[in-house]
Amino acid sequence: MSDMALNTPPEPGALELEEAQQDNRSRWLLALPAMVIIGCFATLPLLVMLVYAFLTPGDYGNVVWKFSTDGWVSVLLQRDIFDDTLMWADAHLSIFWRSLRLSLITTILTLIFGVPTAWFIATRPREKRQFWLFLVTVPFWTNLLVRTIAIQELIRSEGVINLILLKIGIIDEPIQMMFTDFAIGFGMTYVYLPLMVLPVYAAVDKLDFRLVEAAHDLYAGRWTAFRRVILPLIKPGIIAGSILVFIPCLGAYVTPRVLGGGKNLMFGNLIELQFGAGRNWPLGAALSLTLMAIVMVALIYYVRVTSREREDV
Amino acid sequence: MSETTLSGSKIETETVVPAASGKKAPKGYSVSTLPGFSVVAIFTFFALYAPIMILVLYSFNAGTSLAIWEGFSLRWYVQAAGNERVIDAAIRSLILAGASATIASICATMAALATTRTRRFKGRTMIYALINQPLMVPEIVTAVALLIVFAWIKVMTGYTSLLYLIAAHTAFCIPFAYLPIRARLETMDDTLEVAARDLYASPMQVFRRVTLPLMWPGIIAGFMLAFVISLDDVVITEFVKSAGQETIPTYMLGQLRRVVTPEVNAISTIILVSGAILVSLFFWVSRERR
Repeated sequence: MSDMALNTPPEPGALELEEAQQDNRSRWLLALPAMVIIGCFATLPLLVMLVYAFLTPGDYGNVVWKFSTDGWVSVLLQRDIFDDTLMWADAHLSIFWRSLRLSLITTILTLIFGVPTAWFIATRPREKRQFWLFLVTVPFWTNLLVRTIAIQELIRSEGVINLILLKIGIIDEPIQMMFTDFAIGFGMTYVYLPLMVLPVYAAVDKLDFRLVEAAHDLYAGRWTAFRRVILPLIKPGIIAGSILVFIPCLGAYVTPRVLGGGKNLMFGNLIELQFGAGRNWPLGAALSLTLMAIVMVALIYYVRVTSREREDV
Repeated sequence: MSETTLSGSKIETETVVPAASGKKAPKGYSVSTLPGFSVVAIFTFFALYAPIMILVLYSFNAGTSLAIWEGFSLRWYVQAAGNERVIDAAIRSLILAGASATIASICATMAALATTRTRRFKGRTMIYALINQPLMVPEIVTAVALLIVFAWIKVMTGYTSLLYLIAAHTAFCIPFAYLPIRARLETMDDTLEVAARDLYASPMQVFRRVTLPLMWPGIIAGFMLAFVISLDDVVITEFVKSAGQETIPTYMLGQLRRVVTPEVNAISTIILVSGAILVSLFFWVSRERR
């Protein structure tokens, strides 16, 4: 434990080398409990799932240990009940399309509301920013389910929005907003908005306002300065925020379940269905791995964007 | 890779280095003003809090209806407090969060000690990647993967207890506990520890009397973050729990399928308030270091 805090790289030499090796060993030992727990209860199950994706579904859920690629095939295709020909699984495709569409719409909506908010916070006096940041962060750390329920309260047929609209007399009958794609998009925008604000704020915070001044000196209007100077400079933050919003949207489960009901499924709900009523664990496993792969691609892109940004600084 | 994970960015934004702001623009014309941005921002802050406020307000409604305000009452809180299933779920939630956050922060502290204040060593990237792995996979995927493995173990052994949930929660809490602890360690230099060693303190004494007290705020922050994360989890809990092992979030999710009563609002309000207190404390503790 004593060589724990060795900060300077040791000079090459037999003694130091041995010391370094011992240091390495103790570091590995220290990290071991965390690695074992995550390995066993997060990483290993993913590998088991990879195996399950190649098995045959059992009659009452679970699997039969017989190799099959049907799980993967039925991610996109389905067999005709009568003549066994393969055709596109329209039900799945429409769910993928809904997931993609709603995730994109949510990302755009969080951009529309998030970028001005981030800009607003970053242009406050420095000592007041902590307060505004705090205001954005608190909802993010509060329970996701509770925030989803709050949205439900708002848009139910007897909810506050309908109540107000009826009172004013704009509508005669409550608008059905629950259990629609609108409800899911609305809810996800609300729930994931802080994920957009924080990275964009970080980018605006780093913005050199002298460049904006220069643009104004050169007779650029506010809009031109924004479009030609500010936007390119805060683009990495915007991309980072967009990916941070897009990823959880794609894998969302709670929000579409509560606000979308049983009909408007998203990717996450389709996965759950296979482990519940669908009784097709291999398909569920294959769907999960597909979702994971898409998310990984987005994450790698995110890492590349943010590390490039770091290099620029 | 580890520095850029989901919650990493959350915490990093908090400690952004002040940029050179340069000379101020002449008064009356600010280059940092963009038309409409402040209006949208204020609306956004309003929109972030309004739904929560409405939820809280209706938890005090005397009537059964969620729509019509019938006067102030604590009736739904009393009902929730008298509901055995709610109390049972609340106790389970607290035990689960307490156990998971404790184990997670101990593991995370050890891992942070191993990965900070060092030159690059063989396998450090691998340790980073593994510790942050739960953050990189969608929750629903982890949830069904655990369902598969635990269903298998449960069938094999016939053993069902809270341990499955504690194991699952600990695993996804570790990266959250790790972040503030590592952040704290990275801002500590080792002069005091070197001094303690120079004064013939044994390695254990150095750790107990110098290192641990210095990193304590980070550990507390990590514990609280892990506690909140565990308390809030629905997805993984829903798939891992055995029959009858409801936590507060899964209980509420189950209730939403039936007729929603203001009782759910009352429980939500309690969760909101306790969560807000924990998060504020977290900010306060992690603020100390600056």
